[in-house]
This record gives sequence, structure tokens and C-alpha cells, in this order.
Amino acid sequence: MPSTIDATELKTGQKLLMDGQPYTVIERQFVKPGKGAAFTRTKMKNLLTGRNVENNFRSGEKIELADIEEKGMSFLYKEGEDFVFMDQQSYEQITIVKDLIGDDWKWLKDNMVVFVLFWNGRAIGVTLPNFVELRVITSEPGVKGDTSGGAQKPATLETGATINVPLFINEQDLLRIDTRTGEYCERVKG
Amino acid sequence: MTERERIAKKKLRERSILNRTIRAFFDARDFIEIEAPILVPSPGLELHLDAFAVEDRYLITSPEYQMKRLLGGGMTRIYSLGKVFRRKEAGAQHNPEFTMLEWYRAGADWTAIADDTEALVWQCARTLDAPRAGRCALEPPWLRLAVGEECERWGRVRVYGDEDVATLRARVAAAGWRVPADGDWSDVFFGFFLDAVEPHLGQDEPVIAYDWPAPLCALARPKPSDARVVERFEVYAAGLELCNAFGELVDVAEQRRRLESDRAERHRRGLPEYPIDEKFLAGLATMPDSAGIALGVDRLAMLLLGAQDIRDVIAFADDEL
Repeated sequence: MPSTIDATELKTGQKLLMDGQPYTVIERQFVKPGKGAAFTRTKMKNLLTGRNVENNFRSGEKIELADIEEKGMSFLYKEGEDFVFMDQQSYEQITIVKDLIGDDWKWLKDNMVVFVLFWNGRAIGVTLPNFVELRVITSEPGVKGDTSGGAQKPATLETGATINVPLFINEQDLLRIDTRTGEYCERVKG
Repeated sequence: MTERERIAKKKLRERSILNRTIRAFFDARDFIEIEAPILVPSPGLELHLDAFAVEDRYLITSPEYQMKRLLGGGMTRIYSLGKVFRRKEAGAQHNPEFTMLEWYRAGADWTAIADDTEALVWQCARTLDAPRAGRCALEPPWLRLAVGEECERWGRVRVYGDEDVATLRARVAAAGWRVPADGDWSDVFFGFFLDAVEPHLGQDEPVIAYDWPAPLCALARPKPSDARVVERFEVYAAGLELCNAFGELVDVAEQRRRLESDRAERHRRGLPEYPIDEKFLAGLATMPDSAGIALGVDRLAMLLLGAQDIRDVIAFADDEL
């Protein structure tokens, strides 16, 4: 992999370095003032902070690529407050600190495969599947007859997280959850 | 996508009406339509234009050299509606082959061309029943703004046109804008301008941006009352750069100096080297004070038809061939 590219070669999804921080390209557009040089107008996401920025790179400008690697890893177990994952290819185990996981711990269960982003070999981000299926461990029975108004009750899942679910949900039900919003989607058979 | 579906997406009927409206506009003003040559011995030396070579000739990047020779030969009101060709320009607002409308008035200054532009765009807008482009209201008169004032207003950077590149770079950086690691005056200016200024121009109504800094002179003449800027304007509307106009430079010695300078810079940068068109230079000697403009017709069609991509207003984009 070349360490620099010309601005004209920028593509959506490419990972690059700017001011020492890694970014991923979300959008790119060719722009050229009638009497000036060509530029590539980009919208980029900072992979450390998640913030979006816009930038114009002039054609011919050399852009440094970031050494970014994404690996599929399965969750093994919690170790204190941190999380241990295993590389699905090499079976190598790594520990990821709780700060990188954030609120996503709520949806992590044993053997779940997630994507871990590495920058210069260091883990900088964890992406869960958009949807996960988790079992209800405890939930009070809903009040009969009160199923029409979209009323909800709390339910505790096998991961220890508590979410709001419709009243007809029972203990041991398997639920589909959107990890991006943290909301209940539907009950899954099985 | 079938060919029928591909073509159904394109606004070709409206495009045909637009061409007819443009011709009617100029015919009514006693302009003569010129079929400018496409194959020429020199495509112009501008650093940021890259021409297609065809044996010992080039495809034009603009018909301006020959149009100006006609002014030097005594014609007074001329226009050309035809294709021009620029390598490596492709994107949502660019196609390597595109349609350029140029018109020139002998004995006029750039404000006459600005008046024409307002009237032309408005006539096309009414014909296509498009008085607005999004929230941009196209009815004249439009805002006329000096480039230097807009740089200060939106970017907090003073650009006079007589500062050297180091000074410009320092001012841009001091105002908190990113400056490229290298690049000449034009590169530093446009990097800043695209970030800070252009996104603000032409949102609610078209903007005629005039008084461009002298380092961006191209083929424009210096402003008689302030040599730090040149007689040049561009129109920005709804996120599109529509056209570029000049009070034309008719000083042969100055024009030769600029061409020699561009040629030397092309050599230094390893860019393709094109010959200086001596017949163009000779024609300038008899050319009266004039003003002229190049307007991208595909951009005008995008503006009036609400197209986000140039491919929606042309039958065959480069990658559809």
C-alpha cells in the first residue's frame, strides 16, 4: 500500500491522515474554479472523535494515507471493566478498554462478532452489527388488556442491559434490537 | 438500467428549448453567430487547462482567440454556441466535452456584459418556467459584489491583489483557514476561497463577483482606477459557477508577457507545452476596447432545470459513451 496518494485519487471510504489524525472519506466531489486549479472537495469523519469535517484538497497535493485495518473479532469475556476479543483469523486475543466500547457493552454477548478498527496496530473503534438478538432474563408481566396504546415496560436482557419493550414480551423471549438507537425492534421466534 | 430508462431521466427537450432561447436572445440584439473552429494550432496556455491533442492540432478549450481576432477584424457583436474540450475534468458539474456560450461586444465594458447575462438568464428562466433555482431568485438585478470585500466578509482575510504569496498565505493561516503545503498565489487563494467564500455566494440570488485580484488576471485588463485588480467577473448562483467575463486585455505587449510567463511556468511544472498563437497576438493590435464572456450552458441548464448532476442535462456523459 502506498503511503501517499494524489488528491485526485481520493475515493469514498479511503482512510487518510490530516494534522496527525485519521479520517475516513464520506463524500468526494471534483470542483474546479474556471481559472484555478482543480480541487477535490471532501467530507470526512475523524475516526478518533467521530466529528465530520469538510476539506478541499488541490490536485497534485500529496495526501498521507492512514494505516487503518478493520478486523472481524469475536467477544470472549469481560476482564474487570475491560473486554477481551479474539481475532477470527489469527485467534490472537486482545483486550479493549471500556472507553472504546462506551454504551455498546449493552449489546455484547459471548461469541458476538464485531468489527474492530486498528490505527497503527492500536484499536481505536469497535463497530457492532446494526441488529443483535438478545434474550429477556427478567421482566414483570404486562397488565392484561393494556396492549393497544403502545405502552411499554422495562426488561432486563442477558447482557445485563435494561431496555423498554412492549407489554406482551415475556421472560425468555428473543428480541431483535437496533444497536444504533438502542431500541427494541421486534420479537424473534425461537 | 435500459437505454430507454437512461434517456428518460435526461432533460433533453428542455435543453433544446434552452439552445433556441439563447439564439433568439442574441438574434434580437443584432449579434452574429460565429461557428468558431474546433481544431486549432494553440489551445491557450492557461496553467489549469489541459487540452486534447489531435495530430499537430488541439481541440479548443475556449473559442476566445478566434473570437477576438474577429473583433480585431472589425466585427462588433458576436457570439458562439458550441463544444469545448478540457482533459481530466469530470464530476457532478464537469464533463470533458461541454457546451460553451461566448459573446463579445466591441466598444463596451464589462458592465454591459453583466447586464446581458442578467437579461439572458432571466429570459431563459421565464421560457423554462423556472424563476427560481431552489431558494435562489433569478429575477434581475442581481447582487454585484467585489471579490476582495467578500473575502473579508466571509473569511476575515484581506486580499488586495498586490500582496505576494507569502503574505497571502500568512493572512489566510492567521484567519484560521487551512493553507496547502505548497502552491502559487492562485492555489492559496482558491483553496481559501472554496472553503470560506464560495459556499456563501449566490444562495438567495445570483451574485456577480467582480474586481478579481491581479494575479488571477487571465486575459482581463487591469482596472484603470486600481491596478491591483482586473476587470473580470464571475456569476455564482445556487452553488454553481456559471460564467467568467473580462474587460478584454488589448495591450499586445502585456498579453505577450503573460503568455511567455505561462509558457515558462508550464515548462517548469512539466505540463504540456503549447505554442503561442501569434495570429491571436497580431489581432489584438487592431482590437478595440471590448468585453466578453464565456458561459457554461450545461451549468445554466442544471441551474434552470434543478439538476444535481451534469449528466441529467446532456444526452451522453463521458462515461455513457
